[in-house]
Amino acid sequence: MSGQASGGAPKKTPLHALAKELGGRLVDFAGWEMPVQFSSVIEEHMAVRTAAGLFDVSHMGEIEVEGQDALAFVQSVTCNDASRLADGQAHYSALTTPEGTFVDDILVYRRGPDRFLLVVNAGNTDKDFEWARRHVSGKVKVENASARWAQIAIQGPRAEEILRPHTPADLRGIAYYHFAETRVGGAQALLSRTGYTGDDGFEIYLAPAASEGVARALLDGGRSSGLLPCGLGARDTLRLEAGMPLYGNDIDETTTVLEAGLGWICKLDKGPFVGREALLRQKTAGPKRRRVGFEMVDRGIARHGYPVRFEGREVGQVTSGTFGPYVKKNIGMAYVPPELSGTGARFSVVIRERDAAAVVVPTPFYRRAR
Amino acid sequence: MSKGDGIYPEDLHYTKEHEWLGVSGGVATVGITHYAQSELGDIVYVELPQVGAAVVAGEPFGTVESVKAVSELFAPTSGTVAEVNGALTEHPETVNRDPYGEGWMIRIKMADAQEVQGLMTTPAYRKYVEDEAN
Repeated sequence: MSGQASGGAPKKTPLHALAKELGGRLVDFAGWEMPVQFSSVIEEHMAVRTAAGLFDVSHMGEIEVEGQDALAFVQSVTCNDASRLADGQAHYSALTTPEGTFVDDILVYRRGPDRFLLVVNAGNTDKDFEWARRHVSGKVKVENASARWAQIAIQGPRAEEILRPHTPADLRGIAYYHFAETRVGGAQALLSRTGYTGDDGFEIYLAPAASEGVARALLDGGRSSGLLPCGLGARDTLRLEAGMPLYGNDIDETTTVLEAGLGWICKLDKGPFVGREALLRQKTAGPKRRRVGFEMVDRGIARHGYPVRFEGREVGQVTSGTFGPYVKKNIGMAYVPPELSGTGARFSVVIRERDAAAVVVPTPFYRRAR
Repeated sequence: MSKGDGIYPEDLHYTKEHEWLGVSGGVATVGITHYAQSELGDIVYVELPQVGAAVVAGEPFGTVESVKAVSELFAPTSGTVAEVNGALTEHPETVNRDPYGEGWMIRIKMADAQEVQGLMTTPAYRKYVEDEAN
């Protein structure tokens, strides 16, 4: 796992004490001391695929955008088309540089016509906020509200039934990438049907002071349904099986949205935004490399930074790789030239100076039954 | 379970890299310790040398990977690989379950049986782990 380093002692989320009490193994991630695992990464991963898992993701950043020109502002700094969002709807997007690369990948929530919430990566929160502030124009207030929000993710096929007794919200009525402003465990919450695992589930944004009580209530109530507390280790293997990129590994300020294969969040016809010209040019010319998902054919596990070789030449790099606990294969993501990016294309991953064969496969590696 | 029950079996020698070594008739059986497997987490891949390969004390002889991380295995003694635990190829998780028993990795025909004198005894290793953990 990797994150952006930040100086000083690691920060602690409001669920830090609970994580410790539950036996979480704590590591420094993006400047936060976070549990990497409780029982075992594989056990937690399988709990999410077959029952449910609960994650503390309070380290994520929240930027509140409000005012008459809030939509225009969001449109100007992100590549997806926020004008298509209805109240109570969210989408995946990116803050883009003039070169069309990622300042960050983010979620955009529309809470009202003039009111948006941007959820950003922990290690990028300060950078994103500064970036946003520099691009403000018109009547809009941009605030780094991260300290006011804790976040609990409950993910897995049994997430809905575990959550149901704790909220008055009609959970069935909350569609994928929609949310309700409701109560969870008695606390005011933004309850969103989103996640970073590839399974059904919810992300609960709430006040830090209320978060430990809600997490305890969910864990107690969900135990008999197989709910386990999960750490960042399982979060990483789950998102990788789901084919989702991790900022700092698979995408960053050197990779464009199109190279990353995220053309679907890149609405070039929506009007001007930072990076649009560069992305238009790249779309016309075609990206010189593409992010692909691959499976190892030979034995061995690909890891971040391992070279990709084709006919004796280094042609790219692995950006993420692991053993996929549910798919039970060694999987990964890499940037490769377009001619090697099609399903079935073969190349080598250099593992400890040896070439190991890999084949491009469609992503996600894991797709839940619906 | 066999030796797997004891976290620090008495009859073994230990390295600072958390390998164990058990000697019998000039042949050393080598694996990683309970502490090592616990620190690594779920082990999903083990890469071991071929029978007949030469290994040198303190030098890498293989690799063990957990879901999260890659770690080199260091030979606790010099010699020739006499046997390899091939079952770990299909079931690397055995190392988590039984690190001192079925999770053994290689057997080395030792070049110099006196070499184990330089390794840690059980009490010394226990103290070493406790110090590292704190």
